[in-house]
Amino acid sequence: MSAPNKSYDPVEVEALQPQQIEQMRDEALAAIAAATDLDALAHVKTAHAGGGSPLALANREIGALPPQAKAEAGKRVGQARGAVNKALAARQGELEAERDARVLVEEAVDVTLPYGRATAGARHPLATLSDRIEDIFVAMGYEVAEGPEVEAEWFNFDALNISVDNPVRSEQDTFFVAAADGSEDSGMVLRTHTSGVQIRSLLERELPVYVIAPGRVYRSDELDATHTPVFRQVELLAVDEGLTMADLKGTLDHMVVSLFGEGMTTRLRPNHFPFTEPSAEMDMLCYVCRGESVGNPDRPCRTCSSEGWIELGGCGIVNPKVLIACGVDPQKYSGFAFGFGIERMLMFRHNVEDMRDIVEGDVRFTLPFGMEI
Amino acid sequence: MRVPLSWLREYVDLPAGTAGRDVQAKLISAGLEVETVEQVGEGLQGPLVVGQVLTIEELEGFKKPIRFCTVDVGKANGTGEPQEIVCGARNFAVGDKVVVILPGGVLPGDFRISARKTYGRVSHGMICSARELGMGDDHDGIVVLPPEHEVGTDAIGLLELVDEVLDIAVTPDRGYCLSLRGVARETATAFGLPLSDPALIDVPGPKAGGYPVQVTDEAGCDRFTARTVTGINHEARSPIWLQRRLQKVGMRPISLAVDITNYVMFEVGQPLHAYDRTRLNGMIGVRRAAPGEKLTTLDGVERVLDGEDLVITDESGPIGLAGVMGGAHTEIADAGVPGADGSPEAGAGTTEIVIEAAHFDPVSIARTARRHKLGSEASRRFERGTDPQATSAAAQRAVDLLVLLAGGTAEPGVTEIAVPAEPRTVAMAADHPDRVAGTRYGRETVVRRLQQIGCYVTGSDDLIVTVPSWRPDLSFPNDLAEEVIRLEGYENLPSTLPRPPAGRGLTDSQRLRRRIGRALAGAGYVEAPAYPFVGTEALDALGLDADDPRRRVVTLANPLSDNEPALRTTLLTGLLATLRRNDGRGSHDLALFETGLVFHPREGAGTPPRPPVDRRPTDEEIAALKAALPDQPRHAAVVLTGAREPAGWWGAGRPAGWADAIEAARTVAREAGVELILRQDQHAPYHPGRCAAFYAVAGDGTEVRVGHGGELHPRVTKALGVPERTAAMEVDLDVIEFAGAGHRPSGPRVSTFPVATQDVALVVAADVPAAEVEAALREGAGELLESLRLFDVFTGPQIGEGRKSLAYALRFRAPDRTLTAEDASAARDAAIARAAERTDATLRG
Ligand SMILES: [Zn+2]
Repeated sequence: MSAPNKSYDPVEVEALQPQQIEQMRDEALAAIAAATDLDALAHVKTAHAGGGSPLALANREIGALPPQAKAEAGKRVGQARGAVNKALAARQGELEAERDARVLVEEAVDVTLPYGRATAGARHPLATLSDRIEDIFVAMGYEVAEGPEVEAEWFNFDALNISVDNPVRSEQDTFFVAAADGSEDSGMVLRTHTSGVQIRSLLERELPVYVIAPGRVYRSDELDATHTPVFRQVELLAVDEGLTMADLKGTLDHMVVSLFGEGMTTRLRPNHFPFTEPSAEMDMLCYVCRGESVGNPDRPCRTCSSEGWIELGGCGIVNPKVLIACGVDPQKYSGFAFGFGIERMLMFRHNVEDMRDIVEGDVRFTLPFGMEI
Repeated sequence: MRVPLSWLREYVDLPAGTAGRDVQAKLISAGLEVETVEQVGEGLQGPLVVGQVLTIEELEGFKKPIRFCTVDVGKANGTGEPQEIVCGARNFAVGDKVVVILPGGVLPGDFRISARKTYGRVSHGMICSARELGMGDDHDGIVVLPPEHEVGTDAIGLLELVDEVLDIAVTPDRGYCLSLRGVARETATAFGLPLSDPALIDVPGPKAGGYPVQVTDEAGCDRFTARTVTGINHEARSPIWLQRRLQKVGMRPISLAVDITNYVMFEVGQPLHAYDRTRLNGMIGVRRAAPGEKLTTLDGVERVLDGEDLVITDESGPIGLAGVMGGAHTEIADAGVPGADGSPEAGAGTTEIVIEAAHFDPVSIARTARRHKLGSEASRRFERGTDPQATSAAAQRAVDLLVLLAGGTAEPGVTEIAVPAEPRTVAMAADHPDRVAGTRYGRETVVRRLQQIGCYVTGSDDLIVTVPSWRPDLSFPNDLAEEVIRLEGYENLPSTLPRPPAGRGLTDSQRLRRRIGRALAGAGYVEAPAYPFVGTEALDALGLDADDPRRRVVTLANPLSDNEPALRTTLLTGLLATLRRNDGRGSHDLALFETGLVFHPREGAGTPPRPPVDRRPTDEEIAALKAALPDQPRHAAVVLTGAREPAGWWGAGRPAGWADAIEAARTVAREAGVELILRQDQHAPYHPGRCAAFYAVAGDGTEVRVGHGGELHPRVTKALGVPERTAAMEVDLDVIEFAGAGHRPSGPRVSTFPVATQDVALVVAADVPAAEVEAALREGAGELLESLRLFDVFTGPQIGEGRKSLAYALRFRAPDRTLTAEDASAARDAAIARAAERTDATLRG
């Protein structure tokens, strides 16, 4: 900004003749009209409306005019600049519209081009299904308990009232760890269930105990379409005062509703396990046909073989002998427990037909399951 | 256990029209796993009658012998004239009674019979084989009936050809259901009908003159009944009804005496053994075998006995494995059938039989059966526990049948050996079942249900329950509660939710593992958990030295495959096998990860103790149990090959390599709040020039090694058959977790003053690790350094042989002022000076 000028310069005064101002204006308007694109218009704007443009210079000179000429000159220059700015804005609008209509269209790309540049990974569905089941129980107040996969026979069998003569303790069912010194009996197995974690929880935690024990377990089966020697289980243990089979049933019902939706339910059938008494086999309502396929040959159901129910696993009231082996007073406390294999649940929840697909690690199987299921 | 409905009806008067499916549903609800209901003779339609062969004409000129027969079928064909039938079987003669299906009849499998021309004659019906009638698969020949059946008799009824058979998977606690008697009891209860107990018969008490028996091992055998039947007609055959019942339960009829012992076993659940009295040598004994003693069992196998085996003996030595299998020598024989041992009596046929009905210790029987891999129908029942009170009745049933069907005479002498035992009682609060179930049954229901299973109940609030002799599984209040609850119906249990105390959620470690899984999957890795079994071959392929700790493995006594007898010490064996499998199936761009346990034997660890289970183990016992187990740290590992980023219309792709693997280790560590320190290392299975060791600084300031990563050694990729340049890394998550324990980022103060950037290019010797240069620059630059980034690595003639240029972008910023050019330059110069001092770096000119 220039300071007011007290000494009048006759030459400069000359420069503010009305014709000159009109000429500046007309040249500017002509240049604006001649600008063919937004870049050219930006140059025109700098040349004819910018700080160094003739009209801007003329405007600056107004201050140097004698007071009687100021008003007249100010008005002329102001009108000229107004006309130029208006024309600029109008042209700007025209050119932008033209660009939108033509140039952006010319810049069009094929947005349907594939772009698998950063390739996706995935978690294994057994892991995410296990997480999901854990979350259901964690939300209820349970905690997730874990333990080793090579386990002492005492934790895996003895404490669970599975006697030495029980056939599950044979080499047909259980992987035994060889003793380091070559002797016959190491006293250790690859755990056949995560029940050892239940025992550890009862020994280590304060009562009441509400835990869920997910993890890898082992049985000496050959891999085929429906069996795998290495699989995952989720077991649950609740030990508190006054727990009942009704509580077990309600807990199972809650789980299947959480996993499969409203209206789902479970069914208990008597069975026998050494570590529970009473014991039950647990079935869940077939989430596909909801039992409608039973006795209804027109609507067969592949998921449940038209049985209406899907076998989940075993459950029951913790055998008081197990509580005693963990130093829990069975007069005061009772508990319930259940366990099931996640592979089977993955198979029927996600239409997997062959166990081998689950265990072989083929990326084509795992990828569609993403991060959560 | 297979249960023919027709047989079951003998003990439970089921309403007419009750189908097998109805019984199935009721029994399932009561806790018996009825797996199937087989429809025997489904679709069979008469006329199917007894016929007598009148004439047989052998037809010549066909590929196989063909007979043209005339058969008297009585009035069944409407005319009484002989029926002309063509038949391809030859096991019958003129005068034999056979089963004839007439035109209009239908055999099982929708096989419709009509008069038809065949082999040049017209056949008006068919003479039937056992298989065609659905009587069993083991006979192709024609059924030849005993002569007493009259021609024209309906054979469907005579042969009980139409029936339903329940197949029940009996759980180990319900041995009593391995009999019609037991299943009938459950059925009667389920239908609310009375039971006629086949074991509830008059039996004589002990009487002198019975076959002498001495039990020396009363723990192994607390009950022994011996009965003798003489004058047996060894030509007598089992009647049709007996054969049919055995066929339906899945036993093959053999000879009358054997069939009777089997029949009684299925009827009352008591296995019997029949000895040919003429082959017994003196007193029968029950004792443990002498180790090494020998016995040839019925199956002709000579077995070397164990000192724990319970044996039946006579004065010649062992004559049977008690409760498991009899010996060959005393086997009863049919007429004309040589003794299994080729003894001189061969072919004589047994006429005098000693019946043994005993109760053996279940555990002893189970061990012997397993030891000799010799499961039998008898051992199945004994090892689940038979009814010790049923021996006399079972023996009596066998005696009755031998008298009735074989024309024998029961000798009056009765041998009964019984170790005195009190009836077993269980004390239970009357409301205990209510408290177990979480519902209210009330005392009356509880008592009624217990009585239904055979208990005798006294007491009001506190019940004294005497359990029946056939239920050795009922010992504790919960056992009784289960009986009440199952009979009241598990399906009627209410559904309630307990109220656990507030939980603490997932542990830090559990959350960390989930984060790591997501972070790796987010970085493009696919989780691929592998079986943890390995063999020496896989460890050799990794190029591990002989003394590499990863060669010290936990071994299985009974591995699935002898090639993989051990448990993994590294995740890489499994991951690389999975990578190879995927590659072989045509997926070539692969990035896989696994987190899981590896197993290291613990030096000097002994065998875990076996504390008793009638109390809590002591703290020392618990500690000893845990200390004996192998170390089982959790690892995380990745492997990758092919393109990390594919080529496409956007330009070139990028191959996966050592840097990706190392970055994956950083990704894992970062989730734990751990900044990895990298050092060049040489470590199998990695390329010696492309392997990093990873370290972390723990909270206590100590440095711990967490793993290795890099490119695999070319020998390793070749040995494993995986693509060259496959990269991998493996870290110990437990160590990372330890190093990151307590990590909690504190919020940075964000300065809003402008940034001053400076680029520097430093020349160092080629073997100077970039990490060292960077550390020196950071240290020298001081607090004003906001960030530092290596943006170029350059080698070439301009730099000089054996040297490299590292170009860094440094960003400086102060929290409280705008930095001047002088401030930034001073910091930069200090950084360069420190790098020069530490790494001989010179500023690139
Ligand atoms: Zn269904």
